[in-house]
Amino acid sequence: MLADKDRIFTNLYGRGDWGLKGAMARGAWDGTAKIIARGRDAIIDEMKASGLRGRGGAGFPTGLKWSFMPKEIGERPHYLVVNADESEPGTCKDRDIMRHDPHLLIEGCLIAGFAMGAHAGYIYVRGEFIRERERLQAAIDQAYEAGLLGKNAAKSGWDFDLYVHHGAGAYICGEETALLESLEGKKGMPRMKPPFPANMGLYGCPTTVNNVESIAVAPDILRRGASWFSGLGKPGNTGTKLFCISGHVERPCTVEEEMGIPLRELLEKHCGGVRGGWKNLLAVIPGGSSVPCLPADVCGDLPMDFDTLRNLKSGLGTAAVIVMDKSTDIVRAIARISYFYKHESCGQCTPCREGTGWMWRVVDRMARGEAHKREIDMLLEVSHQVEGHTICALGDAAAWPIQGLIRHFRPEIERRIDSYTANAGAAPLAAAE
Amino acid sequence: MSVRRLHHEQPASFAFTRENLAWAKQQIGKYPKGREASAVIPLLWRAQEQHENWLPEPAIRYIADMLGMPYIRVLEVATFYTMFQLAPVGKKAHVQVCGTTPCMLRGAEDIKAVCKRRIAEHAHELSADGEFSWEEVECLGACVNAPMVQVFSDTYEDLTAESFERLLDAFARGDKPQPGPQIDRQFAAPFGGDTTLTTLAGKAAAKAPAKPAAKPTAKAPAKAAPVAALAAPALSADDAARADAAGKKPRMMKAPRKAGADDLKMIKGVGPKLEGVLNGLGIFHFDQISAWKPEEVSWVDEYLKFKGRIVRDDWIAQASTLAGGGETEFSKRVAKGEVPSSKR
Repeated sequence: MLADKDRIFTNLYGRGDWGLKGAMARGAWDGTAKIIARGRDAIIDEMKASGLRGRGGAGFPTGLKWSFMPKEIGERPHYLVVNADESEPGTCKDRDIMRHDPHLLIEGCLIAGFAMGAHAGYIYVRGEFIRERERLQAAIDQAYEAGLLGKNAAKSGWDFDLYVHHGAGAYICGEETALLESLEGKKGMPRMKPPFPANMGLYGCPTTVNNVESIAVAPDILRRGASWFSGLGKPGNTGTKLFCISGHVERPCTVEEEMGIPLRELLEKHCGGVRGGWKNLLAVIPGGSSVPCLPADVCGDLPMDFDTLRNLKSGLGTAAVIVMDKSTDIVRAIARISYFYKHESCGQCTPCREGTGWMWRVVDRMARGEAHKREIDMLLEVSHQVEGHTICALGDAAAWPIQGLIRHFRPEIERRIDSYTANAGAAPLAAAE
Repeated sequence: MSVRRLHHEQPASFAFTRENLAWAKQQIGKYPKGREASAVIPLLWRAQEQHENWLPEPAIRYIADMLGMPYIRVLEVATFYTMFQLAPVGKKAHVQVCGTTPCMLRGAEDIKAVCKRRIAEHAHELSADGEFSWEEVECLGACVNAPMVQVFSDTYEDLTAESFERLLDAFARGDKPQPGPQIDRQFAAPFGGDTTLTTLAGKAAAKAPAKPAAKPTAKAPAKAAPVAALAAPALSADDAARADAAGKKPRMMKAPRKAGADDLKMIKGVGPKLEGVLNGLGIFHFDQISAWKPEEVSWVDEYLKFKGRIVRDDWIAQASTLAGGGETEFSKRVAKGEVPSSKR
């Protein structure tokens, strides 16, 4: 188990003071000017060497992302945008960073802003996090007052302004280009890429969008050194990670652990184990609702990291582990996720706008058994038609849970269809719309 | 995607109050010149808060004019983002029940059933008295505290059908229940004791895990005269007994620290008289107040017969800002001598 001294989020549960004084006592804002004095290239190299992969779900190397920004600041200003639109079902880690350790994020913003040549940063907080954004704003006010933001921020010689912006309830704004659209005051509809935000982002200017956790861990990585961070976890999947464990465990919680911790250890050490014992486990969704579920038999010593889970055709995503025990109606649970994607599709691309609703209606019927067995293959085929045929990844995210369901629980769907057919006789089926 | 339309009955006009107008100007200032449209969501949200928590059509035009945007662009935004309520909602509470899978696995459907029974059969329908309404929303990002609901700005977590009914009762009485987990639990920490961050020295260190005690509701049976109460003679025995039934007594101090007591009047809601009472109880410093846990807030609240004022005025956040050496809007005014009731 990760030792407490290696944890970054030492006020995760809000037992200490979230304010500047408390944060400084825990080590934040220590030597920030010195870190910045190392220079842009040194910071980016250190971030690359740490092996930090973006914590927002896709796992793209953070240092590399920072290096995509133009080297020189041209006529257009550079922007840092922090994605705090945490809405992936199962995920609630950024919320605890913002309300209990906001200064880690603010310090990270200054350093990241400097590393990418940005004098201004926007933190886009999801609309529902009202108290969290009030807290974050209070922390930013403290930082301004203490000279840690604004002109010559933290006496580093770099001017940096940080603003809190918020949304109003749209999952799609967690997609980086939709977030930028929303930040510009429009509907959150994703943009075509290229051009990538590093060239044409916010207001048409070079922009980098990072997840809250990726930014908040940066100061500690730079203070303690890339080798400390890369010494945790394993190559390619380094460092620590906030895991949010929800669903059928005895004690759901958010906890910081080492990357690659075996799933069973994670659940039993921190969450009191699966409700009713390990044998009662049916399936887990290891990385937030958009990744395919995994059945219990592969879960035992499953290492929780990006590559292992991808090889199992699932994903670490945001490390939001949704646990389902044997009392779960798995088809309904996945149907509810399908409903979520139907609700959150922005409506821009036809395969997603029409497909998410169609898939939800079919899988919802399957949950009741009101379907033909051949429709299972039809559903699978349609899910592949949606996947990869949309501007953003919401289409993929809607398709994967269904693909995971059919991959691992096809007999369960068939059993339902059989039992419905046996009981209802020749009840007419609703045509697939 | 869903079809969202404006309500059929609309007020004649809308304008920001003076404070909100000043606030709006400040918001617009966050964005570069020519990019004022960026402020559209925050401004619409403030308009909704000002207008009984729903967004009328005149507000959409008002904000479009303010930001120099075509009306249709602002209407698009108002109908795209689902937090904008386009029709009237309950005055005492509009309950947003998270129904997505992590909450569903832990009983969100029971919560929905209570809403249907007690508020209205359908979502977005006002209760008979017009005081309540509800809707099912998608993941609100508090999955480890499932199931949960959001009422206006606050979340109420770790619910059961019973504790949710008690919440509704409290709203119906016009109270403001304590937000956050409704069981004895520290935010997202595991119930029954932390498994991490237990070995760190100093402020960040986790306290010994609290025993699963009774919730801070007034229902807990009154205990016998508490031993702790004897230490501070200023306590009134009756009030203390009542308070003990409601929560847990916070740690008090016999005297302020050497540097002298903090000026508690810097907290909005505390005047000279109340400061005297708090000092008499053994509360002298901001950091004492900022460290209060929910059950301790309940204790003080009940002791002072405050009916939730501590939470409404958010003493904890104010005190932790002040303890950290920061200032609040209110404390700045007090410092300038602009608040007569806070003068000695």
